[in-house]
Amino acid sequence: MSSSARLLQTARATLDGVGVRTVALFEEAGRFFYILYQTGYWLFRRPFDGRQWLRQMVRVGVDSIPVVGLTAMFTGMVMALQTYRGFERFHAEAYVGSVVSLSLTRELAPVLAALMIAGRIGSSLAAELGSMRVTEQIDALYAMATEPIHYLIVPRVAATTLMLPPLVACADGLGIFGGYAVAVGLMDANPVVYWEKTFQYLDLNDVFSGLIKAAAFGLILSVTGCTKGFFTGGGAEGVGRSTTAAVVMASLVILISDFFLTKLLF
Amino acid sequence: MDPTPTPAPSPAGTPKIAVTDLWKSFSGKPVLRGLTVEVASGESLVIVGGSGAGKSVFLKHLIGLIRPDRGRVVVDGQDLGSADPTLCLELRKKFGMSFQEGALFDSLDVFENIAFPLRRHTRMTEGEIADRVRECLELVHLSGVERKAPSELSGGMRRRVGFARAIAMKPEILLFDEPNTGLDPITSAVIDNVIVEMREHLPVTMVTITHDMKSAFRIADRVAMLRDGVLIATAPPDEFRRIPDPYVQKFIAGEPLEEELA
Repeated sequence: MSSSARLLQTARATLDGVGVRTVALFEEAGRFFYILYQTGYWLFRRPFDGRQWLRQMVRVGVDSIPVVGLTAMFTGMVMALQTYRGFERFHAEAYVGSVVSLSLTRELAPVLAALMIAGRIGSSLAAELGSMRVTEQIDALYAMATEPIHYLIVPRVAATTLMLPPLVACADGLGIFGGYAVAVGLMDANPVVYWEKTFQYLDLNDVFSGLIKAAAFGLILSVTGCTKGFFTGGGAEGVGRSTTAAVVMASLVILISDFFLTKLLF
Repeated sequence: MDPTPTPAPSPAGTPKIAVTDLWKSFSGKPVLRGLTVEVASGESLVIVGGSGAGKSVFLKHLIGLIRPDRGRVVVDGQDLGSADPTLCLELRKKFGMSFQEGALFDSLDVFENIAFPLRRHTRMTEGEIADRVRECLELVHLSGVERKAPSELSGGMRRRVGFARAIAMKPEILLFDEPNTGLDPITSAVIDNVIVEMREHLPVTMVTITHDMKSAFRIADRVAMLRDGVLIATAPPDEFRRIPDPYVQKFIAGEPLEEELA
């Protein structure tokens, strides 16, 4: 085979690969928006399954408090530790409280909480719906004249979207407390000054925009998890693939959308 | 507000289910190739065929779980393909379907599984629901399992709970997807008896797919053989046994085809 023919073959194979991946990407996006649209369509339709909503809210919200709380508290603690050591060099230790509270409320608490929930809930949504798909439970719902998106996905997406903001509010508080405990307890910062500086530059808008981001992340991660689970194929192996893909994709979309949301909100 | 569309009742003389020239392919591979069959009201039709013959795909077309590439599925005079989604949901209420492994909801116990369609589609009180669940469980010869989780049941019991859930809404048509697969011969015979009894006690039309010939002869009014996406033979059980087609005879005898041995 001549070198030009080989080059042509390689170029064709590369283009084929790009084409296949592009189609797959659009397919994935199409499924995500389909589930998002259908969730909106079925959201206020009867029958309203209050028990399911409540069960999912407990699962996403109450059961996630320890993991989100610990993450936020230790993040606040390590931030105080790091910034205190850094700010000490130019005698700006007094501003550690401001840095910790602003970065937590605006950025770290919503993003880290969303990533933790993507791991905890996004994966379990994909696994749960995926195994329901491969064991024909989703077909059974259709057969019983019940729309699976209405019965399964609406309560899960609504619960995750509604519970992320209160979780992030908890994370804000615990993170700020963690920072305070380290700065005052370990670094001998003045407690009154630290507390004052924590709230001096903190605006309500900082907190609220963080909570809005949290709700958006909740929507994104739950729709991603549900989409991956709902369109699972290929038995137990498929469920495993969907679960991994749900976490990876939700985490990526959270981090990417974080930039755009931050640009939009601040 | 628009009233909920009600499916029209079956006109006298028309078949309960009429499938005409049904075609379906997956990834370019044809599974159903112009399948045509009619099921009369109150009849029990059993479709037999080998693995991959398209039995499950056919059954899922009947309830609108899969849309055909071409052809029509008409239930009580209503075309499932052209029905709007609300009417399609209403039409599904005429069906009860039992899935291969039961497809019971893992998160609900047996009672809640059977009560599911009742809670969803009726305004029955808790007492009425409990009575109906007990009645359905009695019909499939199960009792004392109401509070068990599906994972605590044996394969045969799970199928029977699946049957109980399928009949909870008093459907007009019952569909059974391989009710005996993976069961020992005795449990399999119990399942067949339950199906026959259900048929005697309930005014239903039944469509069952299976590859178990013994079971087919026990529960069928008419047996149809599906091969490569088309029905190659349809007859009442006694006549079916005498059909001279070599494939049908090999299938009944459970012997390999010459072409598969070559």
